Amino acid sequence: MEIFVQQVIAGLTTGGIYASVALALVMIYQATHHVNFAQGEMAMFSTFLAWALIQAGLPYWAAFFATVVVSFVLGAVVEFAVIRPLHRAPELSVVVVFIGLLVIFHSIAGWIFGTQIKEFPTPFAKDAWYASRLMSAHQVGTIFVALCLVAALFSFFRYTTLGLTMRAAAQNPASSRLLGINVGRLLMLGWGLAAAIGAVAGMMVAPVVYLDPSMMIGVLIYAFAGALIGGIDNPVGAVIGGFLVGVLENLIGTYVVGTELKLSVALVLIVGVLVVRPAGLFGRRVVQRV
Amino acid sequence: MERTTAMNAQMQMTASPAPRALWPWVTVLVVAAAAMAFFVKGYVLFQGTMLLSYAIALVGLNILTGYNGQISLGHGAFYAIGAYTAAVLMDKAGAPYWVAIPAAGLASLVVGYAFGRPALKLQGLYLALATFALGVVAPQLLKYKHLEPWTGGVGGIVLNKPEAPFGLPLTADQWFYLFTLVLTVLMFVLARNLIDSGTGRALRAIRDHDMAAESMGVDNRHYKSMAFGVSAAFTGVAGALSALAVQFVSPDSFTMFLSISLIVGVVVGGVGTLWGALFGAAFIMFVPAVAEKISKDAAWGVYGAVLILFMFVMPGGVMGLIARARERLTRVSSGA
Repeated sequence: MEIFVQQVIAGLTTGGIYASVALALVMIYQATHHVNFAQGEMAMFSTFLAWALIQAGLPYWAAFFATVVVSFVLGAVVEFAVIRPLHRAPELSVVVVFIGLLVIFHSIAGWIFGTQIKEFPTPFAKDAWYASRLMSAHQVGTIFVALCLVAALFSFFRYTTLGLTMRAAAQNPASSRLLGINVGRLLMLGWGLAAAIGAVAGMMVAPVVYLDPSMMIGVLIYAFAGALIGGIDNPVGAVIGGFLVGVLENLIGTYVVGTELKLSVALVLIVGVLVVRPAGLFGRRVVQRV
Repeated sequence: MERTTAMNAQMQMTASPAPRALWPWVTVLVVAAAAMAFFVKGYVLFQGTMLLSYAIALVGLNILTGYNGQISLGHGAFYAIGAYTAAVLMDKAGAPYWVAIPAAGLASLVVGYAFGRPALKLQGLYLALATFALGVVAPQLLKYKHLEPWTGGVGGIVLNKPEAPFGLPLTADQWFYLFTLVLTVLMFVLARNLIDSGTGRALRAIRDHDMAAESMGVDNRHYKSMAFGVSAAFTGVAGALSALAVQFVSPDSFTMFLSISLIVGVVVGGVGTLWGALFGAAFIMFVPAVAEKISKDAAWGVYGAVLILFMFVMPGGVMGLIARARERLTRVSSGA
């Protein structure tokens, strides 16, 4: 029983990471109807930046916030320089551009920082008061950070004018433009926010899986699955989906098949769920008008 | 995902079937390709065989993604199924290659259809995830220890290259290249006839507007799962050819990267075009090698940059660019 509880908690921790990346995906999806397959690699790159800053002698939290800001700028720049010129390109071409971005970030990270595995520090001290036998301090911290992100984004979109404008621009760009909203600038903001969220997720997962250029590939797949299973047009659903996938993945790994086939079994299960509920657990069915 | 303007742009690009005037060019191309067998040797000939194999796979994926509008991020799985079916048949059952290759196509057809049936419910991103899962699962299953007696596990299976029959004065390399060339021509003709037929029109109608197609009496379920099957069959044949060309199959040859390369090849060549497959195959065959020459450390960075540049210059792929250029030419000549 105790092992079971521990596995569920470990699942919730990785689930928190998946939920954060899923949020980043949903953010860009809502605004552009594209899934940014490079999100994970961008997050990995940000984490390397944080590592470099810490190596340079910055205290953890200073490096943390500096990385979040730099990642925000990076995301906005990618939107402006790479994605915006393609706004009229066919959908599959955009998918291919995301693949291109993915390999670029992956390759550059390996080139600049090397491919050997690195340790990444956690800001949550081992003997902190919130650590217990069941949950390590880092696990508590990760879940807490994920929930903070969700709460912050939720309030941003619900209670601030900027958030409301962003939702409007995402839902109906044409009308928003007529109302004098600068849709392009909001898209940049959305990409920046997504990249910043990704950076936080990367810095939270790095102490567990260690830092290397391939660390986010699995995370991205699970986050994508989480976002779809919760409903890609629904941020809250995506977060719940992320947590669900995390727990599911861990339990399958422990009790059913071991780590080797874990990814396969998890994906097959998720696809099974989607065949039964094609819009995800919390997604709205899109009614098509003829 | 609803049908977006992007889809519409792709629709316009769907070139009408090759006009008759194209035939002389095709003949020249085929003859030139055949002549290659006698002028180049060894590795270059192997590259030629692989290029043709990729081209067949891309035609297959294009039938599904380009003409029927169903995305697949996991076609590497069908490539693997084809390769392994051929390899196991030849290695364990002693089947000759000319039996093993059609059998590989057939096996992929069955698996593709069986996958396409439940996938009917999934569209857009959901289908992308499902096919992606297929691509991830395939190499892991091939490594699975209970299948090892057949698949050889991580070690894979070693194959012999077929010798030229009837005492023809050809080396094994030359023979297999020519064999692949003939098969490629056959597959292109098959694909062209399929696309030109009523079935092809039904496939495109479903892509352009599934509900309208349905109300016009097109059986969506049948055509969509059939498109999956046929597409998989093409890719399976291609996989079998590659297995024989490499003379070796192992799970690590069919990773996610292969699936991604295939979709990249389709888009670079031109979505919903037949001839785009040749350009796409050349891209996935040669650009990684060129990128490595430019920068050894960041080869994939160069590859990604080239890819993005390609999409900037020709969002509709090579065939899209050609169509645009031709349009401009006719406009100029009719204006003058």
